[in-house]
Amino acid sequence: MSATEMSKLDALLREAEVTESGAYQDARRQMAVCNACRYCEGYCAVFPAMAARREFATADLTHLANLCHGCKGCYHACQYAPPHAFAINIPATFATIRQESYAQYAWPPAMGRAFEKNGTVVVAVATLFVTLALLLAVALVDPSRLWTAQTGTGAFFRIIPLWLINTLAGASFGFAILAMAMGALRYLKGTGGLGGPIAPAPVADAAVDVLTLRNLGGGGHGCNDVDDSFAQQRRWLHQAMFYGFMLCFAATTTGAIYHHVFGWKSPHAFLSLPVQLGTWGGVLLCIGTAGLMRVKVITDPVPVARKLLGGEFAMLGLLFLIGSTGLLLLAVRHTGAMGCMLALHFGLVLALFVVLPYSKMVHGVYRGIALLRNARERRARG
Amino acid sequence: MPDFSRVYDVLVVGGGNAALCAAITAARAGASVILCEASPPPLRGGNSRHTRNLRTMHPGPTQVMTDSYLEEEYWDDLKRVTAGKTDEHLARMCIRASQHAPDFLASCGVVFQPSLSGTLSLSRTNAFFLGGGKALVNALYRECARLGIVTLFDTEVQHIKVEEGWATEAVVSHAGFPERIRFKALVASSGGFQANRNWLREYWGDAADNFQIRGTPYAQGVVLKDLLAQGVQEVGDPTQFHAVANDARAPMEDGGLAMRLDCVPFAVVVNRDVERFYDEGEDVWPKRYAIWGRLIAQQPGQVALAVTDSKAVMNFLPSVYPPYKADSIAGIAAQAGMDAAKLEKVIADYNAAVVPGTFTPMVPDDCRTEGLIPPKSHWARRIDKPPYYAYPLRPGITFTFLSVKVDDKARVLMADGKPSGNMFASGEIMSGNILGQGYLAGFGMTLGTVFGRLAGEGAAKHVRN
Repeated sequence: MSATEMSKLDALLREAEVTESGAYQDARRQMAVCNACRYCEGYCAVFPAMAARREFATADLTHLANLCHGCKGCYHACQYAPPHAFAINIPATFATIRQESYAQYAWPPAMGRAFEKNGTVVVAVATLFVTLALLLAVALVDPSRLWTAQTGTGAFFRIIPLWLINTLAGASFGFAILAMAMGALRYLKGTGGLGGPIAPAPVADAAVDVLTLRNLGGGGHGCNDVDDSFAQQRRWLHQAMFYGFMLCFAATTTGAIYHHVFGWKSPHAFLSLPVQLGTWGGVLLCIGTAGLMRVKVITDPVPVARKLLGGEFAMLGLLFLIGSTGLLLLAVRHTGAMGCMLALHFGLVLALFVVLPYSKMVHGVYRGIALLRNARERRARG
Repeated sequence: MPDFSRVYDVLVVGGGNAALCAAITAARAGASVILCEASPPPLRGGNSRHTRNLRTMHPGPTQVMTDSYLEEEYWDDLKRVTAGKTDEHLARMCIRASQHAPDFLASCGVVFQPSLSGTLSLSRTNAFFLGGGKALVNALYRECARLGIVTLFDTEVQHIKVEEGWATEAVVSHAGFPERIRFKALVASSGGFQANRNWLREYWGDAADNFQIRGTPYAQGVVLKDLLAQGVQEVGDPTQFHAVANDARAPMEDGGLAMRLDCVPFAVVVNRDVERFYDEGEDVWPKRYAIWGRLIAQQPGQVALAVTDSKAVMNFLPSVYPPYKADSIAGIAAQAGMDAAKLEKVIADYNAAVVPGTFTPMVPDDCRTEGLIPPKSHWARRIDKPPYYAYPLRPGITFTFLSVKVDDKARVLMADGKPSGNMFASGEIMSGNILGQGYLAGFGMTLGTVFGRLAGEGAAKHVRN
């Protein structure tokens, strides 16, 4: 390709980048109304952050959209919500922008397309990896072990060899971390970074925001989870899911430390640390994901971006299945059903690692950045 | 389907704050209550949907208000904005009762917040609803549901049968079908007639076509007209209303709060003929914003233009629509379709009259003009720093003051001065009892809450006896 052709291509690419989607244009229109109204300033971090601006560049809208937790307080309080002609619907519009930003900043960039039909992608990957795990178990070890009770040290690895678990899980999880880190860098570069140097105080603020989900508190009394009444259901369910997930992660980590550092091999006793962490983590994960799916089903559909529901339900479903197959594995680990359950559980976990950077899960990364940037701006505003 | 065959204790007409407070109070006192709201559910709440706070007397700092705001100061403020055209007995009663309004609303689930930005610095005198008026309306409807109040949407009350001072039944259109509702007591809280342009034309002629109706399009004044035609005593000047300077480009109905422009004290305002017509810096905006709608309504073509510059543009809230912006006054005139030479002269004369002072945006400062007619008494700074900005203005009508007369128990008075046996009123439909002219920010919700509670209490008591 010649130099002129290259520069033409560059120009086209730049143009493509500055061409905004309808959601961005609509968000800018809505922000003009919101910024002259400001009734919602008491609900969450988005509105004070909006009030500090008068112009809304693409990057500003991406930041505000990722700061939005989708609590819907502003929608139900809005004097201009549909059917009013202004049709202000910040939760649905910002959810669409968030999704578009996940696609835009995905790494490698071509993978951004995975967000288009995300529900299908997540379900397909899960199905594929469950099948693969079952086939590998059959192919690599004696198939009869899949149906007979395995007991004693190393029982799990007689179904799926440890080297295989380590290779597949390590590679997929390692890649997911890399891809999400690259996504974070691309997001920071594309949205103007954190807006300045970061001191410890805003980092602490943002950590508290993340760990307590302060912005799902609706200014103290909760959010509009289902309709115009206030509750903290979504907050607590998300906390159950988040901390459940973290406990499961801690269980795996302790299990690995037991194995590699102390040489204590699984299966561990029910009251051992890894099993306890995993059990309670699994219970919380199931409660959280099932509860969040219920809220999604019964909630007022207007402030919801319908296009995104597929990916959201698929991810909640995958996490629920991981939690429940983990618990079932514990229940049946001394029986002949253990083999299939282990393969199923392992397949689902692998699928999660593989889709991690191309699923709803990335919201944690961008939300974290948005909260950090917001904490910095808030401190700077005084 | 609601039961139209039974006789309800109380019929509440209307679905805004004044109606809901009456319905809740009556139901808490044990009455069976039916409430008719003309709008569909998403647009319910009358003008309350667009409100944000209520003005509250308070002897000391509260969780959501600073300092204190006592009866005398409140009364003085009210007397000043109404130029004395008020009823002192009713006004003082309302002011005293306003102290308990936030607690009552909180008992219904309304949440208050400390005021933050963009609130015209009302945090001392007004209690703000978290999320604004629609959140308040939502909470009140939830309380109605909890109390078992029969709430009908898309239900317009068309006629109240009144016989010798007694209301006996209501003719309504419910979801498009004619029905009758029978009751023992009536609370009329169905607002003013501001959305009824034909009625406005009776007093304003063609000018009414240029009025923007800020709030609910359902305030047609049907019940107000109906009651006044049946021997209920009238009070208030039919040409008086609460009206603000709205963006001239706003929708003609239901544009709400975000269409108002707060730039006037920091600008120079000219009419269609490019002439100034009123002191833009007379007093702080919360005390003056509500006269500007009327001032513009009285100008030719019911339009005006507020011109300011880059020095001032951050002193007021942003407008929804982008302002006119140009590097010269002539450029502004071109965008506004005005005579450039004339506008340049107005600005030059104004600039020449500005006396240097210390600019303080929130309190009356010493930046004023000398020898200019009309003067600009405060916040007068030279308009000389491009880019220049300008905002086209039209009158935005909030609500009309023509009312049914009530006593201090919210009882409707008949033409002979005697209270009706079973009719009560609250909110905008009786606002003219206290507001002869002018407006005080947050007073409409105070009126609705105080008289709503009185009306609900009176109606329930009447039913018990």
